[in-house]
Amino acid sequence: MVDLAARIEPRHARPQASPLPLRESRWLRAVLIGTALLFLLLFLILPLAAVFTEALREGVRVYFAAITDPEAVAAIRLTLVTAAVAVPLNMLFGIAAAWAVTKFEFGGKNFLITLIDLPFSVSPVIGGMVFVLLFGLQGVFGPWLMAHDIKIIFAVPGIIIATLFVTLPFVARELIPLMQQQGTAQEEAAWILGANGWQTFRRVTLPNIKWGLLYGVLLCNGRAIGEFGAVSVVSGHIGGLTNTMPLYVEVLYNDYAFAASFAVASLLTLMALATLALKTVLEWSAGGGRPDAPIH
Amino acid sequence: MAAAVSARSLKQPSVIPGFGLTLGFTLSYLGLIVLVPLGALVLQAGGVDADKFWNELVSPRTLAAFRVSFGTAIGAALVNGVFGLLVAWVLVRYRFAGRRLVDALIDLPFALPTAVAGIALTALYSHDGWIGQWLAVLGVKVAFTPLGILVALVFVGLPFVVRTVEPVLRDLDREMEEAAALLGASRRHIVARVILPPVLPALITGTTLAFARAVGEYGSVIFIAGNMPGISEILPLLIVIKLEQFDYDGAIVLATLMLVVSFALLLAINMLQAWTRRRQGG
Repeated sequence: MVDLAARIEPRHARPQASPLPLRESRWLRAVLIGTALLFLLLFLILPLAAVFTEALREGVRVYFAAITDPEAVAAIRLTLVTAAVAVPLNMLFGIAAAWAVTKFEFGGKNFLITLIDLPFSVSPVIGGMVFVLLFGLQGVFGPWLMAHDIKIIFAVPGIIIATLFVTLPFVARELIPLMQQQGTAQEEAAWILGANGWQTFRRVTLPNIKWGLLYGVLLCNGRAIGEFGAVSVVSGHIGGLTNTMPLYVEVLYNDYAFAASFAVASLLTLMALATLALKTVLEWSAGGGRPDAPIH
Repeated sequence: MAAAVSARSLKQPSVIPGFGLTLGFTLSYLGLIVLVPLGALVLQAGGVDADKFWNELVSPRTLAAFRVSFGTAIGAALVNGVFGLLVAWVLVRYRFAGRRLVDALIDLPFALPTAVAGIALTALYSHDGWIGQWLAVLGVKVAFTPLGILVALVFVGLPFVVRTVEPVLRDLDREMEEAAALLGASRRHIVARVILPPVLPALITGTTLAFARAVGEYGSVIFIAGNMPGISEILPLLIVIKLEQFDYDGAIVLATLMLVVSFALLLAINMLQAWTRRRQGG
Protein backbone atom coordinates (compact mmCIF):
# COMPACT_ATOMS: atom_id res chain seq x y z
CA MET A 1 0.00 0.00 0.00
CA VAL A 2 1.13 3.52 -0.69
CA ASP A 3 2.00 5.20 2.59
CA LEU A 4 0.51 8.57 1.79
CA ALA A 5 1.38 10.09 5.13
CA ALA A 6 5.04 9.13 4.90
CA ARG A 7 5.34 10.66 1.46
CA ILE A 8 3.59 13.90 2.21
CA GLU A 9 4.84 14.62 5.67
CA PRO A 10 8.49 15.45 5.03
CA ARG A 11 7.68 17.84 2.22
CA HIS A 12 5.27 19.82 4.34
CA ALA A 13 7.70 19.83 7.27
CA ARG A 14 4.93 20.05 9.86
CA PRO A 15 5.93 22.24 12.79
CA GLN A 16 4.98 19.70 15.47
CA ALA A 17 7.11 16.56 15.50
CA SER A 18 4.20 14.21 16.25
CA PRO A 19 3.28 11.91 13.35
CA LEU A 20 -0.20 11.73 11.87
CA PRO A 21 -2.69 9.94 14.15
CA LEU A 22 -2.90 6.82 11.99
CA ARG A 23 -2.34 4.29 14.75
CA GLU A 24 -3.14 3.96 18.39
CA SER A 25 -0.42 4.86 20.86
CA ARG A 26 1.86 2.06 21.93
CA TRP A 27 0.23 1.61 25.33
CA LEU A 28 -3.32 1.65 23.95
CA ARG A 29 -2.32 -0.99 21.43
CA ALA A 30 -0.90 -3.12 24.24
CA VAL A 31 -4.10 -2.70 26.28
CA LEU A 32 -6.31 -3.68 23.30
CA ILE A 33 -4.21 -6.72 22.42
CA GLY A 34 -4.02 -7.71 26.09
CA THR A 35 -7.79 -7.41 26.60
CA ALA A 36 -8.56 -9.40 23.46
CA LEU A 37 -6.11 -12.14 24.38
CA LEU A 38 -7.39 -12.31 27.97
CA PHE A 39 -10.95 -12.66 26.67
CA LEU A 40 -9.88 -15.45 24.30
CA LEU A 41 -7.89 -17.13 27.07
CA LEU A 42 -10.97 -17.19 29.31
CA PHE A 43 -13.43 -18.27 26.65
CA LEU A 44 -11.43 -20.46 24.25
CA ILE A 45 -8.11 -21.65 25.67
CA LEU A 46 -9.15 -22.50 29.23
CA PRO A 47 -12.15 -24.64 28.15
CA LEU A 48 -9.79 -26.57 25.84
CA ALA A 49 -7.27 -27.07 28.64
CA ALA A 50 -10.06 -28.04 31.06
CA VAL A 51 -11.21 -30.89 28.80
CA PHE A 52 -7.79 -32.57 28.82
CA THR A 53 -7.05 -31.85 32.49
CA GLU A 54 -10.37 -33.30 33.63
CA ALA A 55 -9.96 -36.28 31.29
CA LEU A 56 -6.60 -37.18 32.82
CA ARG A 57 -7.50 -36.25 36.40
CA GLU A 58 -7.81 -39.87 37.51
CA GLY A 59 -4.82 -41.05 35.54
CA VAL A 60 -3.97 -42.51 32.17
CA ARG A 61 -5.36 -45.95 33.09
CA VAL A 62 -8.83 -44.56 33.79
CA TYR A 63 -8.59 -42.51 30.59
CA PHE A 64 -7.88 -45.50 28.36
CA ALA A 65 -10.37 -47.69 30.22
CA ALA A 66 -13.02 -45.04 29.54
CA ILE A 67 -12.39 -44.77 25.81
CA THR A 68 -12.08 -48.53 25.28
CA ASP A 69 -15.23 -49.39 27.24
CA PRO A 70 -17.64 -51.38 25.00
CA GLU A 71 -20.28 -48.65 25.27
CA ALA A 72 -17.71 -46.01 24.31
CA VAL A 73 -16.62 -48.10 21.32
CA ALA A 74 -20.27 -48.55 20.30
CA ALA A 75 -20.78 -44.78 20.57
CA ILE A 76 -17.68 -44.08 18.46
CA ARG A 77 -18.86 -46.59 15.85
CA LEU A 78 -22.37 -45.10 15.69
CA THR A 79 -20.95 -41.58 15.37
CA LEU A 80 -18.68 -42.64 12.51
CA VAL A 81 -21.48 -44.52 10.73
CA THR A 82 -23.78 -41.48 11.06
CA ALA A 83 -21.16 -39.16 9.62
CA ALA A 84 -20.28 -41.67 6.88
CA VAL A 85 -23.91 -41.66 5.67
CA ALA A 86 -24.83 -38.01 6.30
CA VAL A 87 -21.72 -36.29 4.92
CA PRO A 88 -21.66 -37.89 1.41
CA LEU A 89 -25.42 -37.37 0.99
CA ASN A 90 -25.20 -33.71 1.96
CA MET A 91 -22.13 -33.33 -0.23
CA LEU A 92 -24.12 -34.63 -3.20
CA PHE A 93 -26.94 -32.25 -2.29
CA GLY A 94 -24.52 -29.34 -1.91
CA ILE A 95 -23.00 -29.92 -5.36
CA ALA A 96 -26.39 -30.34 -7.05
CA ALA A 97 -27.85 -27.29 -5.32
CA ALA A 98 -24.82 -25.13 -6.13
CA TRP A 99 -24.88 -26.28 -9.77
CA ALA A 100 -28.59 -25.50 -10.16
CA VAL A 101 -28.33 -22.15 -8.39
CA THR A 102 -25.11 -20.82 -9.92
CA LYS A 103 -25.09 -22.15 -13.49
CA PHE A 104 -28.64 -21.10 -14.36
CA GLU A 105 -30.87 -18.07 -14.00
CA PHE A 106 -34.38 -18.81 -12.82
CA GLY A 107 -37.14 -17.23 -10.77
CA GLY A 108 -37.25 -17.79 -7.03
CA LYS A 109 -33.52 -18.45 -6.83
CA ASN A 110 -32.85 -16.24 -3.81
CA PHE A 111 -35.80 -17.78 -2.01
CA LEU A 112 -34.32 -21.24 -2.67
CA ILE A 113 -30.97 -20.14 -1.20
CA THR A 114 -32.78 -18.89 1.91
CA LEU A 115 -34.60 -22.23 2.23
CA ILE A 116 -31.29 -24.12 2.03
CA ASP A 117 -30.03 -22.03 4.96
CA LEU A 118 -33.12 -22.81 7.02
CA PRO A 119 -31.62 -25.62 9.18
CA PHE A 120 -29.00 -23.13 10.46
CA SER A 121 -31.60 -20.73 11.78
CA VAL A 122 -33.81 -23.35 13.43
CA SER A 123 -32.98 -24.62 16.92
CA PRO A 124 -31.39 -28.10 16.66
CA VAL A 125 -34.00 -29.30 19.15
CA ILE A 126 -36.70 -28.49 16.58
CA GLY A 127 -34.59 -30.26 13.95
CA GLY A 128 -34.96 -33.46 15.94
CA MET A 129 -38.50 -32.84 17.08
CA VAL A 130 -40.02 -32.62 13.58
CA PHE A 131 -38.98 -36.24 12.99
CA VAL A 132 -40.45 -37.37 16.31
CA LEU A 133 -43.74 -35.78 15.21
CA LEU A 134 -43.55 -37.64 11.89
CA PHE A 135 -42.11 -41.03 12.83
CA GLY A 136 -42.57 -41.30 16.62
CA LEU A 137 -45.09 -43.68 18.19
CA GLN A 138 -47.71 -40.93 18.36
CA GLY A 139 -46.47 -39.33 15.16
CA VAL A 140 -48.15 -39.06 11.77
CA PHE A 141 -46.61 -42.27 10.42
CA GLY A 142 -46.20 -43.88 13.86
CA PRO A 143 -49.00 -46.49 13.64
CA TRP A 144 -48.03 -47.47 10.09
CA LEU A 145 -44.35 -47.87 11.02
CA MET A 146 -45.33 -49.85 14.09
CA ALA A 147 -47.54 -52.18 12.01
CA HIS A 148 -44.64 -52.82 9.66
CA ASP A 149 -42.15 -53.18 12.51
CA ILE A 150 -39.94 -50.33 11.29
CA LYS A 151 -38.18 -48.28 13.96
CA ILE A 152 -36.91 -44.82 13.07
CA ILE A 153 -37.22 -42.83 16.30
CA PHE A 154 -35.10 -44.14 19.19
CA ALA A 155 -33.10 -46.02 16.54
CA VAL A 156 -30.20 -45.41 14.18
CA PRO A 157 -32.27 -44.20 11.15
CA GLY A 158 -33.70 -41.34 13.26
CA ILE A 159 -30.22 -40.29 14.33
CA ILE A 160 -29.06 -40.24 10.72
CA ILE A 161 -32.10 -38.28 9.49
CA ALA A 162 -31.76 -35.69 12.28
CA THR A 163 -28.06 -35.33 11.43
CA LEU A 164 -28.94 -34.91 7.73
CA PHE A 165 -31.28 -32.06 8.72
CA VAL A 166 -28.81 -30.06 10.79
CA THR A 167 -25.82 -30.54 8.47
CA LEU A 168 -27.67 -30.02 5.16
CA PRO A 169 -26.53 -26.43 4.39
CA PHE A 170 -22.76 -26.77 4.99
CA VAL A 171 -21.48 -27.87 1.56
CA ALA A 172 -24.08 -25.87 -0.40
CA ARG A 173 -23.37 -22.61 1.40
CA GLU A 174 -19.63 -23.07 0.87
CA LEU A 175 -20.00 -23.82 -2.86
CA ILE A 176 -22.70 -21.32 -3.87
CA PRO A 177 -20.70 -18.09 -3.34
CA LEU A 178 -17.58 -19.72 -4.78
CA MET A 179 -19.30 -20.92 -7.97
CA GLN A 180 -21.15 -17.63 -8.30
CA GLN A 181 -17.81 -15.83 -8.49
CA GLN A 182 -16.46 -18.28 -11.02
CA GLY A 183 -19.36 -17.77 -13.41
CA THR A 184 -20.37 -20.04 -16.27
CA ALA A 185 -17.94 -19.19 -19.09
CA GLN A 186 -15.70 -22.24 -18.62
CA GLU A 187 -18.64 -24.66 -18.53
CA GLU A 188 -20.13 -23.06 -21.65
CA ALA A 189 -16.81 -23.37 -23.45
CA ALA A 190 -16.50 -27.04 -22.45
CA TRP A 191 -20.03 -27.74 -23.68
CA ILE A 192 -19.42 -26.03 -27.00
CA LEU A 193 -16.19 -27.99 -27.43
CA GLY A 194 -18.26 -31.17 -27.17
CA ALA A 195 -17.94 -32.27 -23.55
CA ASN A 196 -21.02 -33.87 -22.05
CA GLY A 197 -22.50 -32.80 -18.70
CA TRP A 198 -20.54 -35.22 -16.57
CA GLN A 199 -17.25 -34.45 -18.36
CA THR A 200 -17.90 -30.74 -17.92
CA PHE A 201 -18.41 -31.17 -14.20
CA ARG A 202 -15.59 -33.66 -13.68
CA ARG A 203 -12.92 -31.89 -15.77
CA VAL A 204 -13.87 -28.22 -15.59
CA THR A 205 -15.98 -27.44 -12.54
CA LEU A 206 -14.62 -29.90 -9.99
CA PRO A 207 -10.96 -28.75 -10.25
CA ASN A 208 -12.18 -25.17 -9.76
CA ILE A 209 -14.19 -25.91 -6.64
CA LYS A 210 -12.21 -28.70 -4.98
CA TRP A 211 -10.85 -26.60 -2.10
CA GLY A 212 -14.20 -25.07 -1.31
CA LEU A 213 -15.83 -28.49 -1.57
CA LEU A 214 -13.28 -30.01 0.82
CA TYR A 215 -13.80 -27.12 3.20
CA GLY A 216 -17.56 -27.59 3.21
CA VAL A 217 -17.22 -31.35 3.69
CA LEU A 218 -14.87 -30.73 6.61
CA LEU A 219 -17.31 -28.40 8.38
CA CYS A 220 -20.21 -30.74 7.59
CA ASN A 221 -18.29 -33.67 9.05
CA GLY A 222 -17.39 -31.76 12.21
CA ARG A 223 -21.01 -30.89 12.84
CA ALA A 224 -22.24 -34.40 11.98
CA ILE A 225 -19.89 -35.89 14.55
CA GLY A 226 -20.61 -33.29 17.20
CA GLU A 227 -24.34 -32.70 16.81
CA PHE A 228 -26.14 -32.91 20.14
CA GLY A 229 -29.56 -31.25 20.33
CA ALA A 230 -31.28 -32.77 17.29
CA VAL A 231 -29.80 -36.22 17.87
CA SER A 232 -30.62 -36.10 21.58
CA VAL A 233 -34.33 -35.70 20.85
CA VAL A 234 -34.56 -38.72 18.51
CA SER A 235 -32.04 -41.03 20.19
CA GLY A 236 -33.76 -42.34 23.31
CA HIS A 237 -30.28 -42.75 24.86
CA ILE A 238 -30.21 -46.55 24.66
CA GLY A 239 -26.77 -47.57 25.95
CA GLY A 240 -24.63 -49.30 23.34
CA LEU A 241 -27.28 -48.82 20.65
CA THR A 242 -28.38 -45.23 20.07
CA ASN A 243 -25.80 -43.16 21.93
CA THR A 244 -23.53 -41.15 19.67
CA MET A 245 -20.31 -39.82 21.21
CA PRO A 246 -21.76 -36.46 22.34
CA LEU A 247 -24.78 -38.23 23.85
CA TYR A 248 -22.53 -40.73 25.60
CA VAL A 249 -20.56 -37.80 27.05
CA GLU A 250 -23.84 -36.52 28.51
CA VAL A 251 -24.84 -39.94 29.89
CA LEU A 252 -21.49 -40.36 31.65
CA TYR A 253 -21.61 -36.80 32.94
CA ASN A 254 -25.09 -37.25 34.40
CA ASP A 255 -23.87 -40.47 36.06
CA TYR A 256 -21.12 -38.42 37.76
CA ALA A 257 -18.48 -40.41 35.82
CA PHE A 258 -16.71 -37.10 35.13
CA ALA A 259 -13.26 -38.43 34.20
CA ALA A 260 -14.78 -40.93 31.73
CA SER A 261 -17.10 -38.24 30.35
CA PHE A 262 -14.20 -35.87 29.74
CA ALA A 263 -12.13 -38.73 28.29
CA VAL A 264 -14.71 -39.30 25.54
CA ALA A 265 -15.08 -35.52 25.22
CA SER A 266 -11.32 -35.26 24.69
CA LEU A 267 -11.64 -37.47 21.59
CA LEU A 268 -14.26 -35.08 20.21
CA THR A 269 -11.99 -32.16 21.10
CA LEU A 270 -9.11 -33.72 19.20
CA MET A 271 -11.46 -34.13 16.24
CA ALA A 272 -12.38 -30.43 16.51
CA LEU A 273 -8.72 -29.39 16.69
CA ALA A 274 -7.92 -31.56 13.66
CA THR A 275 -10.81 -29.90 11.81
CA LEU A 276 -9.45 -26.45 12.67
CA ALA A 277 -5.93 -27.42 11.61
CA LEU A 278 -7.12 -28.85 8.28
CA LYS A 279 -9.35 -25.83 7.73
CA THR A 280 -6.41 -23.48 8.29
CA VAL A 281 -4.25 -25.49 5.88
CA LEU A 282 -7.06 -25.40 3.30
CA GLU A 283 -7.41 -21.63 3.67
CA TRP A 284 -3.70 -21.15 3.20
CA SER A 285 -3.52 -23.47 0.21
CA ALA A 286 -6.64 -21.99 -1.36
CA GLY A 287 -5.52 -18.42 -0.70
CA GLY A 288 -1.88 -19.05 -1.57
CA GLY A 289 -2.13 -17.98 -5.18
CA ARG A 290 -2.66 -21.41 -6.67
CA PRO A 291 -4.17 -21.35 -10.14
CA ASP A 292 -7.37 -22.94 -8.80
CA ALA A 293 -7.63 -20.66 -5.80
CA PRO A 294 -11.07 -19.17 -5.23
CA ILE A 295 -11.08 -15.48 -6.03
CA HIS A 296 -11.48 -13.46 -2.87
CA MET B 1 -39.99 -33.11 -10.70
CA ALA B 2 -43.11 -31.12 -11.48
CA ALA B 3 -41.50 -28.18 -9.73
CA ALA B 4 -38.42 -28.51 -11.91
CA VAL B 5 -40.54 -28.50 -15.04
CA SER B 6 -42.53 -25.45 -13.96
CA ALA B 7 -39.31 -23.69 -12.97
CA ARG B 8 -37.95 -24.39 -16.45
CA SER B 9 -40.49 -22.00 -17.87
CA LEU B 10 -39.06 -19.28 -15.57
CA LYS B 11 -35.53 -20.20 -16.54
CA GLN B 12 -33.42 -18.22 -18.93
CA PRO B 13 -31.87 -20.25 -21.77
CA SER B 14 -28.41 -21.74 -21.21
CA VAL B 15 -26.25 -24.30 -23.02
CA ILE B 16 -25.00 -25.84 -19.77
CA PRO B 17 -26.70 -29.19 -19.13
CA GLY B 18 -28.14 -30.60 -15.94
CA PHE B 19 -30.70 -27.99 -14.93
CA GLY B 20 -33.63 -30.37 -14.57
CA LEU B 21 -31.55 -33.04 -12.88
CA THR B 22 -29.80 -30.84 -10.31
CA LEU B 23 -32.78 -28.62 -9.51
CA GLY B 24 -35.06 -31.64 -9.30
CA PHE B 25 -32.69 -33.40 -6.92
CA THR B 26 -32.17 -30.23 -4.88
CA LEU B 27 -35.89 -29.60 -4.44
CA SER B 28 -36.74 -33.26 -3.71
CA TYR B 29 -33.95 -33.65 -1.16
CA LEU B 30 -34.58 -30.30 0.51
CA GLY B 31 -38.30 -31.04 0.58
CA LEU B 32 -37.85 -34.50 2.07
CA ILE B 33 -35.31 -33.57 4.75
CA VAL B 34 -36.32 -30.01 5.68
CA LEU B 35 -39.46 -28.56 4.12
CA VAL B 36 -41.97 -31.40 4.58
CA PRO B 37 -40.94 -32.08 8.22
CA LEU B 38 -41.07 -28.36 9.11
CA GLY B 39 -44.32 -27.98 7.16
CA ALA B 40 -45.81 -30.91 9.07
CA LEU B 41 -44.92 -29.15 12.34
CA VAL B 42 -46.70 -25.99 11.22
CA LEU B 43 -49.74 -28.01 10.06
CA GLN B 44 -49.90 -29.78 13.38
CA ALA B 45 -49.67 -26.44 15.16
CA GLY B 46 -52.79 -25.42 13.23
CA GLY B 47 -54.51 -28.53 14.60
CA VAL B 48 -53.88 -27.60 18.24
CA ASP B 49 -56.98 -26.35 20.01
CA ALA B 50 -56.89 -22.55 20.14
CA ASP B 51 -57.48 -22.33 23.90
CA LYS B 52 -54.79 -24.90 24.59
CA PHE B 53 -52.43 -23.06 22.26
CA TRP B 54 -52.96 -19.75 24.04
CA ASN B 55 -52.78 -21.22 27.55
CA GLU B 56 -49.53 -22.96 26.69
CA LEU B 57 -48.11 -19.77 25.23
CA VAL B 58 -48.87 -17.59 28.27
CA SER B 59 -48.25 -20.19 31.00
CA PRO B 60 -45.85 -18.82 33.63
CA ARG B 61 -43.26 -21.51 32.86
CA THR B 62 -43.27 -20.71 29.12
CA LEU B 63 -43.05 -16.98 29.73
CA ALA B 64 -40.18 -17.48 32.17
CA ALA B 65 -38.32 -19.72 29.71
CA PHE B 66 -38.92 -17.11 27.00
CA ARG B 67 -37.48 -14.40 29.26
CA VAL B 68 -34.44 -16.52 30.18
CA SER B 69 -33.75 -17.54 26.57
CA PHE B 70 -34.09 -14.04 25.15
CA GLY B 71 -32.48 -12.22 28.06
CA THR B 72 -29.36 -14.36 28.03
CA ALA B 73 -29.21 -14.42 24.20
CA ILE B 74 -29.39 -10.62 24.01
CA GLY B 75 -26.79 -10.26 26.77
CA ALA B 76 -24.44 -12.72 25.08
CA ALA B 77 -24.92 -11.07 21.67
CA LEU B 78 -23.98 -7.67 23.17
CA VAL B 79 -20.89 -9.10 24.88
CA ASN B 80 -19.95 -10.75 21.58
CA GLY B 81 -20.57 -7.50 19.71
CA VAL B 82 -18.11 -5.62 21.89
CA PHE B 83 -15.44 -8.29 22.28
CA GLY B 84 -15.90 -9.69 18.77
CA LEU B 85 -15.19 -6.24 17.32
CA LEU B 86 -12.18 -5.87 19.61
CA VAL B 87 -10.80 -9.30 18.65
CA ALA B 88 -11.37 -8.66 14.93
CA TRP B 89 -9.68 -5.25 15.21
CA VAL B 90 -6.66 -6.66 17.03
CA LEU B 91 -6.34 -9.54 14.54
CA VAL B 92 -6.57 -7.30 11.47
CA ARG B 93 -4.64 -4.22 12.58
CA TYR B 94 -1.89 -5.42 14.92
CA ARG B 95 0.97 -7.85 14.54
CA PHE B 96 1.92 -9.89 17.60
CA ALA B 97 3.39 -13.30 18.36
CA GLY B 98 0.90 -16.14 17.90
CA ARG B 99 -1.53 -14.05 15.86
CA ARG B 100 -2.15 -16.73 13.24
CA LEU B 101 -2.70 -19.39 15.90
CA VAL B 102 -5.22 -17.13 17.65
CA ASP B 103 -6.89 -16.45 14.31
CA ALA B 104 -7.27 -20.20 13.66
CA LEU B 105 -8.63 -20.77 17.19
CA ILE B 106 -11.48 -18.26 16.72
CA ASP B 107 -13.46 -20.98 14.90
CA LEU B 108 -13.16 -23.40 17.83
CA PRO B 109 -16.80 -22.84 18.89
CA PHE B 110 -17.88 -23.86 15.36
CA ALA B 111 -15.81 -27.04 15.48
CA LEU B 112 -16.14 -28.12 19.11
CA PRO B 113 -19.25 -30.22 19.81
CA THR B 114 -21.63 -28.20 21.96
CA ALA B 115 -21.86 -30.88 24.66
CA VAL B 116 -18.09 -30.75 25.11
CA ALA B 117 -18.20 -26.97 25.39
CA GLY B 118 -20.98 -27.34 27.95
CA ILE B 119 -19.15 -29.67 30.31
CA ALA B 120 -15.82 -27.84 29.89
CA LEU B 121 -17.36 -24.46 30.76
CA THR B 122 -19.21 -26.02 33.69
CA ALA B 123 -15.94 -27.45 35.02
CA LEU B 124 -14.30 -24.01 34.68
CA TYR B 125 -17.05 -21.98 36.30
CA SER B 126 -18.28 -24.33 39.05
CA HIS B 127 -17.35 -23.24 42.59
CA ASP B 128 -14.12 -25.26 42.62
CA GLY B 129 -13.22 -24.67 38.96
CA TRP B 130 -10.24 -22.67 37.66
CA ILE B 131 -12.32 -19.53 37.15
CA GLY B 132 -15.26 -20.27 39.45
CA GLN B 133 -13.17 -20.41 42.62
CA TRP B 134 -11.94 -16.86 42.07
CA LEU B 135 -15.41 -15.62 41.25
CA ALA B 136 -16.69 -17.37 44.40
CA VAL B 137 -14.30 -15.23 46.44
CA LEU B 138 -16.02 -12.19 44.94
CA GLY B 139 -19.38 -13.74 45.75
CA VAL B 140 -20.30 -14.28 42.08
CA LYS B 141 -21.93 -17.57 41.14
CA VAL B 142 -21.81 -18.42 37.43
CA ALA B 143 -22.42 -22.15 37.00
CA PHE B 144 -26.04 -23.22 37.54
CA THR B 145 -27.36 -19.64 37.23
CA PRO B 146 -28.56 -17.56 34.22
CA LEU B 147 -25.05 -16.06 34.21
CA GLY B 148 -23.75 -19.52 33.29
CA ILE B 149 -26.13 -19.60 30.32
CA LEU B 150 -24.71 -16.25 29.25
CA VAL B 151 -21.15 -17.61 29.41
CA ALA B 152 -22.07 -20.64 27.25
CA LEU B 153 -23.83 -18.40 24.70
CA VAL B 154 -20.87 -16.02 24.52
CA PHE B 155 -18.72 -19.05 23.68
CA VAL B 156 -20.94 -20.32 20.86
CA GLY B 157 -21.60 -16.86 19.39
CA LEU B 158 -18.10 -15.37 19.32
CA PRO B 159 -16.98 -16.54 15.83
CA PHE B 160 -20.12 -15.12 14.19
CA VAL B 161 -19.13 -11.55 15.07
CA VAL B 162 -15.38 -11.93 14.50
CA ARG B 163 -15.78 -13.68 11.13
CA THR B 164 -18.37 -11.17 9.88
CA VAL B 165 -16.44 -8.06 10.92
CA GLU B 166 -12.92 -9.28 10.05
CA PRO B 167 -13.18 -9.19 6.21
CA VAL B 168 -14.82 -5.74 6.25
CA LEU B 169 -12.09 -4.35 8.51
CA ARG B 170 -9.42 -5.88 6.28
CA ASP B 171 -10.88 -4.35 3.12
CA LEU B 172 -11.17 -0.86 4.61
CA ASP B 173 -9.43 1.74 2.51
CA ARG B 174 -6.53 2.99 4.64
CA GLU B 175 -6.18 6.07 2.46
CA MET B 176 -9.47 7.38 3.85
CA GLU B 177 -7.90 7.36 7.30
CA GLU B 178 -4.79 9.06 5.93
CA ALA B 179 -6.91 11.71 4.26
CA ALA B 180 -8.81 12.31 7.49
CA ALA B 181 -5.55 12.55 9.41
CA LEU B 182 -4.09 15.02 6.90
CA LEU B 183 -7.21 17.11 7.26
CA GLY B 184 -6.46 17.33 10.96
CA ALA B 185 -8.77 14.74 12.49
CA SER B 186 -7.71 13.21 15.80
CA ARG B 187 -7.37 9.43 16.07
CA ARG B 188 -10.54 9.19 18.14
CA HIS B 189 -12.37 11.20 15.51
CA ILE B 190 -11.05 8.97 12.73
CA VAL B 191 -12.16 5.80 14.55
CA ALA B 192 -15.64 7.19 15.20
CA ARG B 193 -16.25 8.91 11.86
CA VAL B 194 -14.15 7.04 9.29
CA ILE B 195 -13.59 3.49 10.52
CA LEU B 196 -16.74 2.58 12.43
CA PRO B 197 -19.46 3.64 9.95
CA PRO B 198 -18.49 1.18 7.18
CA VAL B 199 -17.95 -1.57 9.79
CA LEU B 200 -21.31 -1.01 11.49
CA PRO B 201 -23.54 -3.07 9.13
CA ALA B 202 -21.21 -6.07 9.45
CA LEU B 203 -21.07 -5.64 13.23
CA ILE B 204 -24.86 -5.57 13.48
CA THR B 205 -25.15 -8.57 11.12
CA GLY B 206 -22.62 -10.57 13.13
CA THR B 207 -24.29 -9.69 16.42
CA THR B 208 -27.68 -10.70 15.02
CA LEU B 209 -26.23 -14.01 13.77
CA ALA B 210 -24.79 -14.64 17.24
CA PHE B 211 -28.18 -13.81 18.76
CA ALA B 212 -30.05 -16.12 16.37
CA ARG B 213 -27.70 -18.97 17.20
CA ALA B 214 -27.93 -18.25 20.94
CA VAL B 215 -31.74 -18.32 21.07
CA GLY B 216 -31.87 -21.90 19.75
CA GLU B 217 -28.71 -23.19 21.45
CA TYR B 218 -29.19 -26.31 23.54
CA GLY B 219 -26.13 -28.55 23.98
CA SER B 220 -23.71 -26.14 25.59
CA VAL B 221 -26.35 -24.53 27.81
CA ILE B 222 -28.05 -27.44 29.57
CA PHE B 223 -24.92 -28.53 31.44
CA ILE B 224 -24.06 -25.13 32.90
CA ALA B 225 -27.58 -23.77 33.37
CA GLY B 226 -28.78 -25.77 36.34
CA ASN B 227 -32.13 -25.90 34.52
CA MET B 228 -34.31 -24.55 37.36
CA PRO B 229 -37.84 -24.05 35.98
CA GLY B 230 -38.66 -20.36 35.96
CA ILE B 231 -35.06 -19.28 36.67
CA SER B 232 -32.53 -20.94 34.39
CA GLU B 233 -34.68 -23.06 32.07
CA ILE B 234 -34.34 -22.18 28.37
CA LEU B 235 -37.04 -22.62 25.72
CA PRO B 236 -35.33 -25.46 23.78
CA LEU B 237 -35.00 -27.42 27.04
CA LEU B 238 -38.67 -26.88 27.82
CA ILE B 239 -39.49 -28.32 24.38
CA VAL B 240 -37.38 -31.39 25.12
CA ILE B 241 -39.06 -31.83 28.52
CA LYS B 242 -42.51 -31.65 26.93
CA LEU B 243 -41.50 -34.21 24.29
CA GLU B 244 -40.21 -36.54 26.99
CA GLN B 245 -43.56 -36.22 28.79
CA PHE B 246 -45.34 -36.97 25.48
CA ASP B 247 -46.99 -33.53 25.72
CA TYR B 248 -46.69 -33.15 21.94
CA ASP B 249 -49.18 -30.29 21.74
CA GLY B 250 -47.21 -28.30 24.29
CA ALA B 251 -43.97 -28.97 22.43
CA ILE B 252 -45.59 -27.98 19.11
CA VAL B 253 -46.80 -24.65 20.54
CA LEU B 254 -43.32 -23.76 21.85
CA ALA B 255 -41.62 -24.94 18.65
CA THR B 256 -43.99 -22.79 16.57
CA LEU B 257 -43.13 -19.79 18.72
CA MET B 258 -39.42 -20.44 18.18
CA LEU B 259 -39.93 -20.97 14.42
CA VAL B 260 -41.66 -17.60 14.10
CA VAL B 261 -38.75 -15.95 15.90
CA SER B 262 -36.24 -17.80 13.68
CA PHE B 263 -38.02 -16.72 10.49
CA ALA B 264 -38.11 -13.11 11.66
CA LEU B 265 -34.39 -13.27 12.45
CA LEU B 266 -33.60 -14.94 9.12
CA LEU B 267 -35.44 -12.16 7.33
CA ALA B 268 -33.63 -9.51 9.37
CA ILE B 269 -30.25 -11.13 8.69
CA ASN B 270 -30.91 -11.30 4.94
CA MET B 271 -31.81 -7.61 4.91
CA LEU B 272 -28.76 -6.75 7.03
CA GLN B 273 -26.48 -8.67 4.68
CA ALA B 274 -27.93 -6.86 1.67
CA TRP B 275 -27.27 -3.60 3.53
CA THR B 276 -23.68 -4.67 4.29
CA ARG B 277 -23.07 -5.46 0.62
CA ARG B 278 -24.55 -2.13 -0.48
CA ARG B 279 -22.36 -0.24 1.99
CA GLN B 280 -19.28 -2.10 0.85
CA GLY B 281 -20.12 -1.62 -2.80
CA GLY B 282 -20.75 2.11 -2.40
